[in-house]
Amino acid sequence: MDVSTFLVQSLNSVQYGFLLFLVASGLTLIFGILGVINLAHGSFFMIGAYLAHWLTVKTGNLFIAIALGLPLSFLLGLVVERLAIGFLYARDHLYQVLLTYGLILVFNELQRILWGNDVHGVATPAGLSASIPLTEVQSYPVYRFFISVACIGVAGAMYLVIHGTKLGMLIRAGASNREMVELLGFGVKRLYAVVFALGAALTAFAGMLSAPVNSVYPGMGEHILIISFVVVVIGGLGSIQGAFIGAMLIGFVDTFGKVFVPEAASLSVYAFMAAVLLWRPQGLFGARPA
Amino acid sequence: MRPLSRPLIGLLLAALALLVVFPQFAERYYVQLGTKVMVMAIFAMSLDLLVGYTRLVSLGHAAFFGLAGYALAVLQRDFGLVSLWTTLPLTVGLCAIAALLVGALAIRTSGIYFIMVTLAIAQMFYYFANDTRALGGSDGMFIGVKPSAEVFGWAPFDLKNRVTFYYFSLAALVASFLLARMVLVSLFGRVIDAIRCNEPRARALGYSTWRYKLSMFAIAGAFAGLAGYIGAAQDGIVNPAFLSWHQSGQALVIVILGGMGTLYGPVAGAFALIALEDVAASMTEHWLLLIGLFVVAIVLLLPRGLVSLSLGGMVGRVRRRDGRAPPPRPVREAGDD
Repeated sequence: MDVSTFLVQSLNSVQYGFLLFLVASGLTLIFGILGVINLAHGSFFMIGAYLAHWLTVKTGNLFIAIALGLPLSFLLGLVVERLAIGFLYARDHLYQVLLTYGLILVFNELQRILWGNDVHGVATPAGLSASIPLTEVQSYPVYRFFISVACIGVAGAMYLVIHGTKLGMLIRAGASNREMVELLGFGVKRLYAVVFALGAALTAFAGMLSAPVNSVYPGMGEHILIISFVVVVIGGLGSIQGAFIGAMLIGFVDTFGKVFVPEAASLSVYAFMAAVLLWRPQGLFGARPA
Repeated sequence: MRPLSRPLIGLLLAALALLVVFPQFAERYYVQLGTKVMVMAIFAMSLDLLVGYTRLVSLGHAAFFGLAGYALAVLQRDFGLVSLWTTLPLTVGLCAIAALLVGALAIRTSGIYFIMVTLAIAQMFYYFANDTRALGGSDGMFIGVKPSAEVFGWAPFDLKNRVTFYYFSLAALVASFLLARMVLVSLFGRVIDAIRCNEPRARALGYSTWRYKLSMFAIAGAFAGLAGYIGAAQDGIVNPAFLSWHQSGQALVIVILGGMGTLYGPVAGAFALIALEDVAASMTEHWLLLIGLFVVAIVLLLPRGLVSLSLGGMVGRVRRRDGRAPPPRPVREAGDD
């Protein structure tokens, strides 16, 4: 492998890792604070991608689509929390799995009803459709850089919100001791709704960003959901930092797995997860269970 | 495990009698649908051993269901084995061993991690089958001939006949039910009971709970293998869909729908869900939407499954023979998160 191939693959790994981080951090936030395992999380990724497709067709510009799609997916998150997830906080994980599995079926069918079974592409925005030449044969698309930069921006914003605002304080407090926050008299119900909707919006954002690169197809949410589970298992559930490290590791393992062992490419991430589990069953950043 | 109450035994026997006479009256399509239900019932029952009795919520149980299908196909194509009496034990044994390996990894975790890890490992099986050309990739493999029941030139029954196949799967279902009950009433089953109720205490009593849970995982994997074997033999084809996580999800829905921790509940659940799917599919192309809404409604409205609705009045309130009320099910286990 020469240097420029290595560079391109590394950039791809980082970009994929960032996308995974957006999805996995939503998953881990929702689990850490709400105590809910949300199988329908991947559906928001799919919904984001379809919103990007649909709104880009309507408005002609991906950025306008994202600007419209973000509040829409946030609202959808609020609605889903109010109508379904909100009833699950005190229930066993088993029922959370079941209900969110039901939600997946609902979302998948709604997607089929609204947008059909076809695979759609989303045009890369005009200003970002160029490629940066690296060698005579290799180049790197500007849009992929844009994805990474946008993700860094969101991750940075998330850090600022979590560490610098009152909402963030509540989120951190809620993650470490939910009951105590409740006892101190904070509106936990509203906090939960906001956190769930934020998680949904983050994931939908990842779906929108990746739409021009990955195209838009039915069932796309499920693959990303399971990979995010792997990320969260590796990083340790409930830890944003763990989600970041896990996402980057998976980004590299997946991308370089495809280069070195193409015949077993889709297995590499799971094999990696198995190895981490043998070493640290609670994940790299997870607290050792009592 | 509680002894079955008299009215319940009567009800189960009546249901069995109904299943025995069913093919004599039903059309071909419904005989095949009935066989499909039986396969799902065995599969869901095996999952109940984990979810209901051991509190191991596996979302990757389809791994062993699909593995059995592929094992049957490979034994037939590459080893020329067509006899039921060789392929069935080999397949079930292979599934038990695979479950032992998967379990050894997955049972290192618990609670929500266990759910995610089992799902991820099953997904690994899925991609392996999907990406391996020797296994037919996404097209899957044909299982050209039905397993033959012939021994030394004498064939007690012929699985090529649809009705015979139906009775074969019914017999497998009844045998699985009785076998699973035997496991649960044994000393081993009592320890599993103890682990579900209070694992730290079971450990304090000196039981290696990990080993017990792993054994149960292997037993459940073997039963899932039986279901997958029959399912693949019926379809005459095995493809990655056998391994897909929707297969695991559907089984979990069936277990909860029927009422977990009962063994017969998942059987009833399999009948209910597949009948519902059949009706919904005849109504609209988007029947999965109805099923999804149904699942959501079940979780929100009937927390203990259909059993609490139909049999609840009869069975739920029946006191145990020693006069004590059945113990309440813990809503949430300590140390779950």
